[in-house]
Amino acid sequence: MAATYDITAKPVNGEQTSGVPAVAVQDLHKSYGAQKVLNGVSLSVAQGETLAVLGRSGTGKSVLLRLIIGLAKPDSGSVRIQGQEIADVPLDAMGEIRKKMGFLFQHAALYDSLTVGENVAFPLDHHRRDLSRAQRDERVMQLLGEVGMEAARNKMPSNISGGMQKRVGLARALALDPHILLLDEPTAGLDPISSGEIDELVLKLQREHQMATIVVTHDMHSAKTIANRLAILDKGNVVIEGTFEELQQSDIGFVKEFLKLS
Amino acid sequence: MSSGEITLVEGNHPKHSSRETKPASSLQTGAGLLGGFFEWFGNLGIFAWQVIRAAVTPPYEWGELVRQLDDIGSKSLPLVALAGSAIGVVLSMEASSSLTRFGAKSLLPSAIVYSVIQEMGPIITGLVVSGRVGAGIGAQLASMKVTEQIDAIEASAINPYRLLAATRIVACIVMLPLLTLAADACGIFMGWFTQSLSEPLSLQHFMQVGFRGATLNDFLPPTFKTAVFGLIIGLVACFQGMRTKGGAEGVGRAATSSVVLASLFVILADVVLVKFILVVFP
Repeated sequence: MAATYDITAKPVNGEQTSGVPAVAVQDLHKSYGAQKVLNGVSLSVAQGETLAVLGRSGTGKSVLLRLIIGLAKPDSGSVRIQGQEIADVPLDAMGEIRKKMGFLFQHAALYDSLTVGENVAFPLDHHRRDLSRAQRDERVMQLLGEVGMEAARNKMPSNISGGMQKRVGLARALALDPHILLLDEPTAGLDPISSGEIDELVLKLQREHQMATIVVTHDMHSAKTIANRLAILDKGNVVIEGTFEELQQSDIGFVKEFLKLS
Repeated sequence: MSSGEITLVEGNHPKHSSRETKPASSLQTGAGLLGGFFEWFGNLGIFAWQVIRAAVTPPYEWGELVRQLDDIGSKSLPLVALAGSAIGVVLSMEASSSLTRFGAKSLLPSAIVYSVIQEMGPIITGLVVSGRVGAGIGAQLASMKVTEQIDAIEASAINPYRLLAATRIVACIVMLPLLTLAADACGIFMGWFTQSLSEPLSLQHFMQVGFRGATLNDFLPPTFKTAVFGLIIGLVACFQGMRTKGGAEGVGRAATSSVVLASLFVILADVVLVKFILVVFP
């Protein structure tokens, strides 16, 4: 079990969570055409907790994140962010809810026409117009410092490595000081050393910010390292959910095979 | 056994069977195309409504709008000026030859001025901007779409319709009439220049003769109709870009279809607008 801190301590910014999960999805269904992607998924994550969602490719892990942040609408089911139901909120009215969340895309999705610094400043420029130029620059340097990317501030995204792009994506996701962090394959396509660095970074950020984090990954080692709980998805549903030790004790054939091959 | 039955039927009525199949297939294809056509327009309408809603509600993206005005306006200016100049030269040469044949060479300045301002300047500007800006917007937004940059904007609680589409469409609407004025000016100047090479004539005299008897109704409606061209170019290119699917191929398709559709709709809109102007501003 990789949790190195007390998940019940230090609510974000002193806010009391009153036992309401930061993210709770209930009986979530989503299809694309005839393809059923999610088939009744139910999960919840408490403030300060990290949940890793694992599963084979195409089992709807990334779709789950897109539904949570409102980039897609579920066919049915409930998505609650800090107790607020968002499944019925129109996509264009999701702004205030999304400000509570940071999202790291699988390929970082940095704006290729902006520098690294401008990428991190992007959410601040749009949502923190009260900040002076100096305050904004200071905040950008602070965020880049947190992910160890100060030196790349004036570089273009195309001129930095994949691992660096993920770090910058993480800094951008943290710009608005989110309560919830969604990470889509943070270590995919990275060498083991870079993967380890990203894992350490996520753990460090978790210790410092106490966010509710959902990590979608194929990387069992990474999941073990950064998550308090793990959930394995298969055929659009949660097969098992629990600590790594609980997963190891499972008699479910798919879980055994998944753990063995991971 | 089943296949035997099918063979028997085909063997007994081969021509009849073939006659029945072909029209049904053509009908299906036609219905499919028609359905696709209406679906495309329906989706364009929904997209336009989303852009309008985003554009009229704060916060307004002034910084991005200024950037787009610069990008669409100043960067299209050389191309539009060149196209306008070329049209002026061609018109001067063609009109000079034709009017001389009919003994009406004194009408040459008016012919050039009216042709350029009322039709050639606006349509050439519309088509040049369709090519340069339509392809640019289509490819850029499509590339952002397939690399999840548009999703990243949305995930950052920023409305992409407001930031990406509304700013580009408004910039197109504002800049098209201004670019048209530039194309008109270059066309008229080069028309005079070409004419003065064969028959020296002062620019002042050329302008006096060319604009004699002209009213604002002769010039303002044709110039401002290009705002509609701007709307069409911006809307179609943003729509094609933001609905792209499928990697590099999708980006290429979006760029191509943006140019083709925007150019086509500009020409079709011109037909309607010319008639409208003739009726409303006789």
